[in-house]
Amino acid sequence: MDLYEYQGRDLFERHGLPVLAGGVANTPEEARAIAERLGGRVVVKAQVKVGGRGKAGGVKLAEGTDETVARATDILGMDIKGHTVHKVMITVTADVAEEYYFSYLLDRANRTFLCIASVAGGMDIEQVAAETPDRVVKAPIDAVKGVDEAKAREIVTAAGFPADVADQVVEVAVGLWKAFVAEDATLVEVNPLAKTGDGKLLLLDAKITLDENAGFRHPDHEALVDQAAVDPLEQAAKEKDLNYVKLDGEVGIIGNGAGLVMSTLDVVAYAGERHGGVKPANFLDIGGGASAAVMANGLEIVLSDPSVRSVFVNVFGGITACDEVANGIVQALALLEQRGEQVTKPLVVRLDGNNAEAGRAILDGANNPLVQRVDTMDGAAERAAKLAAAGV
Amino acid sequence: MAIWLTKDSKVIVQGMTGSEGSKHTRRMLAAGTNVVGGTNPRKAGQSVDFDGTALPVFATVADAMAQTGADVTVIFVPPQFTKAAVIEAIDAEIPLAVVITEGVPVHDTAAFWAYNVAKGERTRIIGPNCPGIASPGASNAGIIPADITGSGRIGLVSKSGTLTYQMMYELRDIGFSTCVGIGGDPIIGTTHIDALAAFEADPETEAIVMIGEIGGDAEERAADFIKANVTKPVVGYIAGFTAPPGKTMGHAGAIISGSAGTAEAKKEALEAVGVKVGKTPTETANLMREIMSTR
Repeated sequence: MDLYEYQGRDLFERHGLPVLAGGVANTPEEARAIAERLGGRVVVKAQVKVGGRGKAGGVKLAEGTDETVARATDILGMDIKGHTVHKVMITVTADVAEEYYFSYLLDRANRTFLCIASVAGGMDIEQVAAETPDRVVKAPIDAVKGVDEAKAREIVTAAGFPADVADQVVEVAVGLWKAFVAEDATLVEVNPLAKTGDGKLLLLDAKITLDENAGFRHPDHEALVDQAAVDPLEQAAKEKDLNYVKLDGEVGIIGNGAGLVMSTLDVVAYAGERHGGVKPANFLDIGGGASAAVMANGLEIVLSDPSVRSVFVNVFGGITACDEVANGIVQALALLEQRGEQVTKPLVVRLDGNNAEAGRAILDGANNPLVQRVDTMDGAAERAAKLAAAGV
Repeated sequence: MAIWLTKDSKVIVQGMTGSEGSKHTRRMLAAGTNVVGGTNPRKAGQSVDFDGTALPVFATVADAMAQTGADVTVIFVPPQFTKAAVIEAIDAEIPLAVVITEGVPVHDTAAFWAYNVAKGERTRIIGPNCPGIASPGASNAGIIPADITGSGRIGLVSKSGTLTYQMMYELRDIGFSTCVGIGGDPIIGTTHIDALAAFEADPETEAIVMIGEIGGDAEERAADFIKANVTKPVVGYIAGFTAPPGKTMGHAGAIISGSAGTAEAKKEALEAVGVKVGKTPTETANLMREIMSTR
C-alpha cells in the first residue's frame, strides 16, 4: 500500500522525526482551520499518488488564512494526470538551504534491504545515479542487525554529508530505520531531506509503501486505505475475501492460483487480437478451494462489471477436484438466480487436471445454455474472446 | 536422483496438528513420502493417526531430528508464527525447509534469510508462499498434487503453484525429475538460479522448464546464469504480459514497479541467451516436447 504524502508526514511525526508543522484538508473550511492554527506563510500541496503535481499547478504558496483557503479551493477537485485531488496538505514553509536524498527500500535481488543516500537531493534519484553515480551511495542493510549509529555514520560518511549536518543525518538515519521496521514498510523515501538556513534537518517529502502482508500486526494501517480511490468492484471483492483487480477489457476472468490467472489474462489478450481487440476485464484468483460459495461470489463480482461481455472460468484441478469445481459453477449459477441476479452473459469453462472428466460430465449434465465447455486453455480463451467480441 | 528431495528424504511437518498441516501430511503420506513426525510444543509426546500411520509429535525441530533423523521440514504454521518456525529449523540445521505459508511479512522473511546467511546457510529454504517440491515417484514435500505426473527427465522451477501443476500435466507423457515451486513473494529462499544450478548438476535431468512472472529481476538474472553455466536445454514461460503497472497480481511479489519487472523484459532477457519462451503454457510445453523428441 502506497501512502499519501500527508500520511507519510504524519507517520514520520509519530516516530519523532523532524517534519514541518501541518495538516490535511478535505474542504476549504478544513483548510481555514489549519491556516488559522499554523498562521503566516504556508504551502498548499495537492495529495495525489502521481509525480509532476508542481508543474500541474498542484503546489502553491499562500500568505495568511484567506489566501490559504483560496489556494486550497483552487487545488481541491483539480485533475492531475487523471487523478482527482480530494485532499490538500498544508504546512508551514521552510527556509531551505540544501537538499539531500535518503531512502530505505527492499532489495529483492539481494534478499535484504538497501539504503540509498545522496547529497544531491530534490531531483529524481534515478537521474542522479545515471548522471553522477559517484554522488549516490547504495548500502546493503542486514535485516537482523539493522541500522545502528555506527552503520548510520558509515553511510553518512560514504555519502559525503557536510560535517555540520552529519550528526543530524545519523540521527535521522537511525530514526528512519526504526520507523521503517516498526511500520513494516518496504519503502521510505525522503526527497528532499532538507537543511534549513539555520542548519536544521527536515524531512520535507515522504514516499512510503507498507507491506499489506503485515496488516495483522498493524490494525491501524487499515485506516490509511483511501476508500474513495478504491475501485468499487475491488472493494466488493475484498469484502468477500477475493483477490480481484479491475482491468479495462471485456472478458471476465476467474481462475485458481495467481500464476494461472495472470497467464489466463495473457492468453485471452492474445486471442483478443484476433477478435476485435477484446481484452481481459479483471484478474480474479479464487484460490485453491473453489467451493460453490466462493465461485458464486466470484461470478457475482465479475458479472456485475458492466463492461464484461463473456466470462472465462479457467480451473486446473490440482488439490481441488474438477467435479467439485463443476458442482460449484452449477450451484453458483443457481445461487445467483436465487439472489435475484439475471445471468445473461456466456460462461466459457475449461476444467483440466484432477477429476476433469467427472467435472466435464457434471457441466454437460446441467445443460445450462449459458455454459460452454472447452477443454483446452488456449481454445477456451479463443471462444471467450470471440463471444465477447460478438457481444460488444 | 532428482534434486534436494529423494525417496530417502525423511520429512517432518511443522504445524502438523493444524488443519492445513494435517490435511497435507495425509496427502504427502499417500504420495509415498517418508513423513516421520511433526512438531508442536504443546502436544509433544502425543502421536497423530493418519489413516493407520501414527506419527509422533515432537516439541522442537531439533528433537524431531534427533529422534527420527529427519532432514526435511515442511512448514504450515500461520504467517504470525512463520519467522519463529523457520528460525527454529535453521537453528536445528535441518538441510531443507519448505515454507508453504502465504502472507508472511517481507520483514520477517528478510530477517530469517539474514539469520540463515549468518549461520552459514546450512539450511536450504524453499518459499515462503510456495507449493513446495516434488520428485514424482519418490517424495513430495508440500502441497503439489502427487498424481499429476510420474517421474521423468524434465526439471521444473516455477514461481507459481497452479502454473506448475498445469505444466506438469501438459508434459506428463515425459515426466519430471523434480518440480520446485519457489514461491511468489518478493524475497524467497531458493531462487530460479539455485534450481537451475541443481538441475544442471543432476544426471537424471535432461532439460529444464523455467516459469517466471512479473516483478523483480530474478528471471533476468537467471538468464545471465543460464548463459554462463547451463548446458542443458531450457524453455521458459513468463506470466503477466497484460498486468498493469503498480498493481499486485495475487502474489505479493507480482508487481511491476515503474518500468521494472515487466514480462516483456524477462522474455527478452531469456530469449537473448537462447532460451525458447512460449506464448502460452501449452506452447511452452510443446517447445519442451520438441526438444525431448530429439533426445
